[in-house]
Amino acid sequence: MTTEGLAPAPEGATGQQAGSGGRPTTAASLAALWHQSWAGLRVLVLLTVLLGVVYPLAVTGVAKVAFPWQAQGSLLTADGAHTTSRSDAVGSALIGQGFGAIDEDPQWFHPRPSAAGDGWDTLASAGSNLGPNSPELVKTIDERRAEVAAADGVDPASVPPDAVTASASGLDPDISPAYAREQVARVAKARGLSEATVRALVDEHTDGRSLGVLGDPHVNVLELNLALQKLVGSGS
Amino acid sequence: MPSTTTEAWFAVAQIGVLLVLLAAVHHPLGAYMARVFTSPRHLRIESAAYRAVRVDPDAEQTWRGYLLSLLGFSTASILFLYALARLQSHLPLNLGFAGFDPAGAWNTAVSFVTNTNWQWYSGEAAAGHLLQMVGLAVQNFASAAVGLAVAVALVRGFARSLTDGRVGNFWSDLVRANVRLLLPIAFLAAIVLVAGGVIQNLLPHEAITTAAGGSQDVLGGPVASQEAIKQLGTNGGGFFNANSAHPFENPNGWTNMLAIFLTLMIPFSLPRTFGIMVGDRRQGWAILGAMGALFLASVALLTWSELAGSGTAPHAAGAAMEGKETRFGLGASALFAATTTLTSTGAVNSTHDSLTAPGGGLAMFNMMLGEISPGGVGSGLYGMLIVAIVTVFLSGLMVGRTPEYLGKKIGQGEITLVALYVLTMPLLVLVGTGVSAVTGAGLAGPLNTGPHGLSEILYAFTSAANNNGSAFGGITSGTPYYNTLLGLAMLIGRFVPIALVLALAGRFASQPAVPASTGTLPTHKPLFVGLVGAVAVVVVGLTFVPALSLGPVVESLS
Repeated sequence: MTTEGLAPAPEGATGQQAGSGGRPTTAASLAALWHQSWAGLRVLVLLTVLLGVVYPLAVTGVAKVAFPWQAQGSLLTADGAHTTSRSDAVGSALIGQGFGAIDEDPQWFHPRPSAAGDGWDTLASAGSNLGPNSPELVKTIDERRAEVAAADGVDPASVPPDAVTASASGLDPDISPAYAREQVARVAKARGLSEATVRALVDEHTDGRSLGVLGDPHVNVLELNLALQKLVGSGS
Repeated sequence: MPSTTTEAWFAVAQIGVLLVLLAAVHHPLGAYMARVFTSPRHLRIESAAYRAVRVDPDAEQTWRGYLLSLLGFSTASILFLYALARLQSHLPLNLGFAGFDPAGAWNTAVSFVTNTNWQWYSGEAAAGHLLQMVGLAVQNFASAAVGLAVAVALVRGFARSLTDGRVGNFWSDLVRANVRLLLPIAFLAAIVLVAGGVIQNLLPHEAITTAAGGSQDVLGGPVASQEAIKQLGTNGGGFFNANSAHPFENPNGWTNMLAIFLTLMIPFSLPRTFGIMVGDRRQGWAILGAMGALFLASVALLTWSELAGSGTAPHAAGAAMEGKETRFGLGASALFAATTTLTSTGAVNSTHDSLTAPGGGLAMFNMMLGEISPGGVGSGLYGMLIVAIVTVFLSGLMVGRTPEYLGKKIGQGEITLVALYVLTMPLLVLVGTGVSAVTGAGLAGPLNTGPHGLSEILYAFTSAANNNGSAFGGITSGTPYYNTLLGLAMLIGRFVPIALVLALAGRFASQPAVPASTGTLPTHKPLFVGLVGAVAVVVVGLTFVPALSLGPVVESLS
């Protein structure tokens, strides 16, 4: 029988009364640690093959067969159709993207403010990390409120919280149903559509809580905008 | 936004869903884990593995032998991960990223091996797929298994008598925890996560043209396989910088609940394993009761804090939505924040830096409790058993009898080890925070000013010393100063307590079992559960009130 990885030899002395008396010397302990580190490295290599190579590749394989669209990133074409091809895609249904400036591009539904890089940078996902009493954050929120209210032609006090706050990821794909409804009049006017038509589109793209209770209701901005674009395209 | 009352009801409903799920797995998973760690039989694949790497899985190790094997394995793991991070630019699938600098590689290696998963780097901009898969994900498994092994060794100490300090075999515990427990659950969970929208591929990040004509990178990576074990193993290291707030890690309301459930399932089932292994299930119920009471209290307070939305910024915005995702809202964000800090996870689905002042303070307090309610995989159980021993000891002092727990005498040697355990973490937190609050390199870190800046530093050291890994993310910690110091805090905060717990396990295993007498404090009654909870809170309170007062308490009152 091999004994590597066994309790190290010097501890024979401690066998009689663990924890008191007969402690192994430092040198013996270090020698034993060295010995155990080699055994540890061998076990680590084995675990790495199983957990670091076989496991992720197996999950990748199953995912590719069972859920190819999700595995690739829930990509959408300009028509809003699912695709697994990056070259056909205009974005991911799960990842928020910018639709220009709030005051200059009235034809789109606008997402929340983004703190990811210069905005919607997927290589720099992040929130603002500003604290709850940060004067800088309060100032930014007040400015955003004024800007959004002016663009949407509403009372500043009615602008919902998600419109003036940056999300945790900076890639939040959603806005609250309240913020989507607030933008209906502006978008309808810019697109030459009736408000009722645009409002119906918003209702259609409003998702409730998962399983009725989990999370909050939300509207996916990219899906809504693609549907809007499609509507305008087919109508003209 | 829905009204606050509606939000509150849905927050309660979500907690209800979680409790039902946890209750459903408590019994079967707890019993299964007891079988995994007590069965004398090896699986065929395990036997082959032991032969291949020439370790003996059947030798009963003394606590010293067990500890040396554990330290040997962890040393090898740190060196391997350090090398992988340093040499990244020479490895395949690196996405063009450079190797980590020495301080950064040290920090990351220690961070993942200690189950902390503190991240100074941004995943999507610094870590290639190979480093994530072969380096980080493997330690997500291994570090959780090490925590389980230590917990099981301590439980064996209680369950055994007169064994010359023999507490099991580390290699067998390590391999079984991975092969029989973590891997099967993680595999299933990963597939379910992909179904929910978590990506899983080996593609690079690649730019495409967006709907409005801009440019954005489509992200690639084996995310689901890492996400599953990141939660299940209470690790918390995100594939991406935004962690569980990132839509590719946590796409919707139910994946969010799944992530929370995965995080809590093992820690909340381990008391059952403990009860079965010590031959008295009531003892397990008592430990579960103490964990559960602290958990519910903390979840309730944190949810209330976020819904109430105190602070100038939430007032200006109308709700505490800064740093929170629309699809989760306030309730699911608060539940996640409490879960991640009450375990040793540290994944975040909101930015904790932007939590309300009482919410952020509670997140810190949760970690300062020592992460025992229910705590990390394994580490939560051994942490809570330490508190139970302190409770027995204090009760013994009050009535003037030699305290005993589960038939083991708590003598001078035992309580010394326990006291050292209790002191280690606060020492690291307070010394680290103190030094950083007066040195230039330390003060260069915080983003926010005033008391919130101190909170950022205090949170960082609390997170590191408790092996949590979440952060008040505003702090710039990727400096040689913070990388080195926080690395040390993580290393000491993990392995010193482990060594003390194993020493304690050895002492208990060599003691004879003392039959219960009329003077024995019953440790399965509600009175004891209440005492344990009170002791946990009072010890933390006495230790940390001055530090908390200067940070989150001042913020809350201002």
